[in-house]
Amino acid sequence: MIKVQGLTKRYARTVAVDNISFEVEKGQIVGFLGPNGAGKTTTMRVLTCFLPPTAGTATVAGFDVLENPLEVKKRIGYLPETPPLYPEMEVSEYLIFVGRLKGISSADVDRRVGEVVERCAIGDVSNKLIGKLSKGYRQRVGLAQAIIHNPDVLILDEPTSGLDPKQIIETRELIKHLAGDHTIILSTHILSEVEHSCQRVVIINRGKLVATDSVENLTNRLRGAEAVALEVASSNGPLDPAMVQQRLEQVAGVSRVLPREVRDGRLAFEVESLQGRHIRADLARSVVEAGWNLNELRAVGLSLEDIFLQLTGGEKTPEPSAQNLAPKEGQA
Amino acid sequence: MKNVWIICRKELKSYFASPIAYLVITCFALIWGYVFYMSTAEFVRYGFMAEMQGRSAPMNVNEMVIRPLLQFGATVALFLIPLITMRLFAEEKKTGTIELLMTSPVRDWEIILGKWLGALMLYLCVLAASGLNVALLFAFGKPDWKPILIGYLGLILQGGTLLAIGTFISTTTKNQIVAGGATFFACLLLWLLSWTAYDNSGSGQIMSYLSIVTHFEGFAKGVLDSKDVIFYFSMIFFALFLTSRSMESVRWRA
Repeated sequence: MIKVQGLTKRYARTVAVDNISFEVEKGQIVGFLGPNGAGKTTTMRVLTCFLPPTAGTATVAGFDVLENPLEVKKRIGYLPETPPLYPEMEVSEYLIFVGRLKGISSADVDRRVGEVVERCAIGDVSNKLIGKLSKGYRQRVGLAQAIIHNPDVLILDEPTSGLDPKQIIETRELIKHLAGDHTIILSTHILSEVEHSCQRVVIINRGKLVATDSVENLTNRLRGAEAVALEVASSNGPLDPAMVQQRLEQVAGVSRVLPREVRDGRLAFEVESLQGRHIRADLARSVVEAGWNLNELRAVGLSLEDIFLQLTGGEKTPEPSAQNLAPKEGQA
Repeated sequence: MKNVWIICRKELKSYFASPIAYLVITCFALIWGYVFYMSTAEFVRYGFMAEMQGRSAPMNVNEMVIRPLLQFGATVALFLIPLITMRLFAEEKKTGTIELLMTSPVRDWEIILGKWLGALMLYLCVLAASGLNVALLFAFGKPDWKPILIGYLGLILQGGTLLAIGTFISTTTKNQIVAGGATFFACLLLWLLSWTAYDNSGSGQIMSYLSIVTHFEGFAKGVLDSKDVIFYFSMIFFALFLTSRSMESVRWRA
């Protein structure tokens, strides 16, 4: 459905996107993962024909973004990071305007507006001025305008940013419901977001592609190593941090031990395992056998930063994605 | 063309949803009304005086009331047009709604033409406010209506040109104040160029030809000169062409 090859976008002084290639199959939800400034928005803007690429090609449903922008635009629904709303318009008026702009005939537009209003659950505000809406509602109106013309491809730039937890869950559910009919690309810098809603992940950092893989493969790869937060204390007198650290390091499967903080004689550490090793049981045993108190032992999720470290620095080959980029059969 | 109309309607609605439309119409109606009152009063006083002195001077409403009024209106428009055009693109660039327009299956020129027409519609509403005064003249006198129509056509053409220039300037910035200020300066400059009409050298003549105001004089007199019409149309075309170039460059740079 979407094919990006060697895409590069250069601004006056910086390279925002550097030679990125990936493909998205029809009906998939793809997460675009990367820290702020990684080039996610730029890539999406190229796909939506808002920005022309400096080099490389991008096609949507077989239409090139440079040669056939109108055809591409017809097939894309786009929700930018800040929803493109006119505060002086009422919700229904706005949706009618966007619907007409996207090429829906005036006979059909009311019906379509009714459908998306229901789908995005904005019926109770449809006669309100957009300027008076809360952030969550604005986001939903933004989503409604993106799907109003029933596009093949949905491109959502950080659809859950700035929402409260309840709204985030609602938005995720909404996106999942849309998945059946649409191919969806959504960008985020939150890993759990991708785990919740996406089937594939494209990770980029500083404009470069770091990995494209299915969510399962990626999480397995990451789960291979675990990080554990650990707090140790002693009932008889203060402990020597260096000694504790040394003992923890000797536990089988531990790759490194990072001292975190010392408070009232309690020592906190973060312990990381080697690939594919489970160390929590051994750690607990080791601490208890030494006669210390184990105050806390919990698995810590790997942060996005850790993933980048693992995917870029951690592996010998700088292009772990290469094997995933081979064209697959049956792709649009 | 359908897209042009959709955008045009949206623009016009936005004007009336904000204070701009009311502000511009009120300002123009007040100033125009005041000048209308002054010039009609003068006209009536002059008529009385002529009668008292027992000589019947040739009195012409068109020449003594309407022509100066139209010329004055053209000058007032110079000041109001920046208020109309400054938001056209600058506001959309600031709030990010330009992304919606530019990622919709709409051509750039359709967006530009729609916005310009929307601004022109508001300008027509402004002119319509002045029509009330002119209608009064018809109620109490017998002005010739053809020069009036031509005069209004001139106002529309001149307004359309300045609106096109303002539309172009609005694409160059995110800041409405900057867009408004620059447009105002451009309008002022095009007006001041007419002062060089007294300079008979070649450059003086060229400058005065470029002035918006010199081309309006014929219309104010009720003379429809194709030269002036062509001037305004080519200016509008040129300014809207620049707008499309500017939008293109927004794409490449943004």
